[in-house]
Parts: sequence; structure tokens; C-alpha cells
Amino acid sequence: MSPLITTLIIIGLALFVILTAAAYAVYFERKISAWIQQRPGPNRVGPLGLLQPLADVIKLLLKEDIVPEAGDKLIHFLAPIISVTVALSAYAVIPFSQDVYISDPNIGVLFILAATSIGVYGITLAGWASNSKYALMGGMRSSAQMISYELSMGISVVGVILLTNAIAPDGSNYLSLKTIVEAQYHSAWFVFLNPIAMFIFITCSFAETNRAPFDLVEAEQELVGGFHTEYSSMKFALFFVAEYINMLVASMFITTLFFGGYLGIGESFFRETELWNSEIWRNLWGISWFTLKTLFFAGVFIWIRWTLPRFKYNQLMDIGWKSFLPVSIVNLMLVAIGIYLYINYIQ
Amino acid sequence: MGIKGADKGERKLSFVNKLYFPEIFKGMAFSGSHMFRKQVTISYPEQRPVLGPEFRGRPVLVKELGQERCVACGLCARACPPLAISMQASETEDPKERFPETFEINMLRCIYCGFCEDVCPEEAIVMSSEYDYNFKTREEAVYGKDKLLIDVAQLKPRLDFLAAKRNPDFGDTHDYDPKNNNHSVRDRKRLNA
Repeated sequence: MSPLITTLIIIGLALFVILTAAAYAVYFERKISAWIQQRPGPNRVGPLGLLQPLADVIKLLLKEDIVPEAGDKLIHFLAPIISVTVALSAYAVIPFSQDVYISDPNIGVLFILAATSIGVYGITLAGWASNSKYALMGGMRSSAQMISYELSMGISVVGVILLTNAIAPDGSNYLSLKTIVEAQYHSAWFVFLNPIAMFIFITCSFAETNRAPFDLVEAEQELVGGFHTEYSSMKFALFFVAEYINMLVASMFITTLFFGGYLGIGESFFRETELWNSEIWRNLWGISWFTLKTLFFAGVFIWIRWTLPRFKYNQLMDIGWKSFLPVSIVNLMLVAIGIYLYINYIQ
Repeated sequence: MGIKGADKGERKLSFVNKLYFPEIFKGMAFSGSHMFRKQVTISYPEQRPVLGPEFRGRPVLVKELGQERCVACGLCARACPPLAISMQASETEDPKERFPETFEINMLRCIYCGFCEDVCPEEAIVMSSEYDYNFKTREEAVYGKDKLLIDVAQLKPRLDFLAAKRNPDFGDTHDYDPKNNNHSVRDRKRLNA
């Protein structure tokens, strides 16, 4: 098979799996919130309520699509499209296993950081185009939040790239996510080498995806629905799906950067065995571990949402600028010094 | 920072508290432990809640020995705050003097206050434990004797509850003997026989 067809098949499969997963993330959001509150959760549509996402989608499709009379109709139409497209494009560079990935550019990390940052346009434009004060507030908060947390996030990723640079063989693409995963195979999962960056990165991911405790963008109690106040029908559904796609992207990104991506427990033993030479088993093993870890972090996202109350806006800014930024810079310096000492004196 | 003195009442946080992450894990452990606790929800139409005799459902008339206890005195209709009860009294050939020819409760009006039950001298109208009933028209909502009369055996828990809990001070102001409270002349005849 030509590489183009293989890539197209992987794109199609990934799209299907990811959209389904996003729909079921909504289901599990409701289920886990219910369990935490000692309720059964959705259990009417299909066995265990498993067809609930389908029912939700049909309901949203059948609803009337309302566009604000005084709003900017074109931007109002474009905003949800931007949100979803950008969220989906981030999957293009994530390696699902040894050989299964859509592409592996030499700037994978930068691509994801850029793509997730563009996602804020969808939200801010939605707020702007709605011609509603609540929506505008939500949009403004989103962009402020994004700017504040992108910094610490980027800096904690730099630590990972430094580690990759030190471990991966010379001449490889240090910004490619696959190289980062392979570097973790040659040393250890980066969560053990750089735990502080892991905490900062995960927290910033929460802020980037606009999920609780950083969901000031929606903030039902203060802003009605935040940026999607004036959205209904399928446009609202697109925002809704984009949030969960972003959540899954963030989980995958966390997994890839800090928790060994598609590497499993006992990876070195597995690579010794015969199964490693079989393409099917190798990738099945990788995909299974990757899915497991991603689902775990998606679960953590949901778990956190139903545990922590929302931050106040000033607290959000305080944490971003006064805590995470200095801590991540100091941590980066420590990592750099540690790598220097390791290479020059220990190795 | 911010408004002067706004943080006056805030509690002091230790360094570990200020790190915030340990506290988050504590919170997550708490909410995580809740996931495995017993669920409190009842799946309503399939599972029914266990209602004690103290529950005030729709008011019903007590049917004893094939007849209503009601003597159509009209006290319940007088006590009813939303004026839901109406009745037409008539005389029987029994030694018992009166009975309600028609007895109607407008269930759209009923507020389940239980005053009718409180004032009834014969323990003839009581609140049942039934609460989920419906009707499609306003006419259907007016329940007549056919729907209101319920056999005394079914209402025993409520009647026992009333006997135990209602009017504990009754004997203080009246020369009250429970033996005399034997539900209308008809019953007196039966007791004498």
C-alpha cells in the first residue's frame, strides 16, 4: 500500500475513534459526576445509558439554530468551526504507537502548542460575534487565561525537550513527539526525571482546555453560559465536542510528554520477545498502552472537575503569573544544570 | 493587594497548604471514595420509595364493613383551606343517622395539608400513602366516592399512626374515653350485639 493511502486510512480511523471518544467522554463526564455525587447517572437510553451520546446528538441536531440579530453572523458561524477544526488538527502529530501516527514532523511539539493556542480564537470570536456581554466576558477571559498559562506550559515543555536532547541520539528531531517517546524508552518516563514540570504542565493543560477548576470561560453561575451563551443547536454541539476533543488532546499530550506515550510497563522485556518483530503485535501493544494512559488522564480531568471549585479570576492570574511562571523557570534552570552536570561529570 | 482588609478573616495557610497540590490530592481522594459509596438515588418508576405511615398522600375515605365511616358532618369541608371538599349529606334507614350521598374532593385543589383528617371526629377521612395519580381533564380531577373509598385494612398503618400520635392532649380538656370513640351508631350496635 502506498504511504498516502495508509495515512488516509489512519486519518479516517483516528477521526472516527476520536469523535466517538469525545461523545463518550461526555457520557463518562456525566457518569463520573453522578458516581461522585452517589447517583446512578444516565441509565435510560440503551443498556447502562450507553446510547445517551447518540440521543444527545440527535436532540441537538433537531433544535432551532438561533443567530443573534445584532451579532456578526459570519464570525458567529465561523467560531465553532475554528474550535473543532483546530482541536482535531492537534491529533495529526501524536504518535499512537510505534508505527501508527498520521505524521511525525520535526516540529511536533511546536505544532501542538500552536494548534491548541489557536483554539482560543474560536472561543474569543464566539464571544465577540454574539453581541452579548456575557459571551464577550467569557471570550476575554479565555484569551487572558490562554496568555497567562501558555508561558508556563511552554517552559515546562522546554524541560522535556532538553531531556530529549540529552538522551536521544545525535541528529534526531528533538521536537518530534516520537523522538520524545523513544527518549523516554532509553531513560525513564519524564515524569520521574522532571516531576515539577509535569505538575505545572497538567495544571496548565486544565487552564488551556478551559476545564474546571479553570472554567471561568463558561462559568455558568456568573456568565450564564460564557462564550456559548448565544449558541444553540449544532453550533453549540460543536463547541461542546471541541471541549472534549481538547480534553483528549491534552490527555494524549500529557501521556506523550511525561508518561512514556505508547511505551508500556515492561517495554524492554517486550522488545526482546518475538512479538516485537510482528508489526501487528507491536502496534497493538503500543496503542493499548497509549489508550490506557490517555483514558486515565481523561478520567483525571473529569475527576478534578467534580472535585475542585472554580478559581476566582484574580486567583487564576495570581497562580499563573506569580507561582507557575517563576517555579517553571527555576525548574527549567535546575533541569538544565542537572543535565549539564550529568553529561560532564557523571557520564 | 485588592481591597484593604478584605483578607482579614482568612485562615492562615501552612507552606504545605500553600503548595496546593497536597490539598488537591486530598480532595480527589475524598471525591474518589464517594464513587464507591452506596448510591442514594431510587430508580423511581421501577423502584418505589418506602413511605412511612406519617406520609400524607391523597386523602381517602375509610370503608368499614362495606360502608363509609363518614357521617357527613361537613367538618372536613369547613377545615379545608383550598375548599377542595364538597359533600351532600343524606339519611339512611340504619340507626346511623347520616351518610354522604356524594362526597367529592377536587384533587387539583387539594394541598395535602391533612386538616380534614385532623378535624374528622370519626376517623373517616385519612391521608393515604398514594401520591402518583393523574388525570387528563379537570372533570376527572374531581374524585367521587368510587375513587375515595378504601378498605380499612389497607389504611391500618395510618390509622394506627393516628391513634398513637394524634391529639396527645385530647383527654386533658375533654372527658375522653377511647372506648367511646367507636365510629358511629352503626358500630355501637355491633358492639352491643
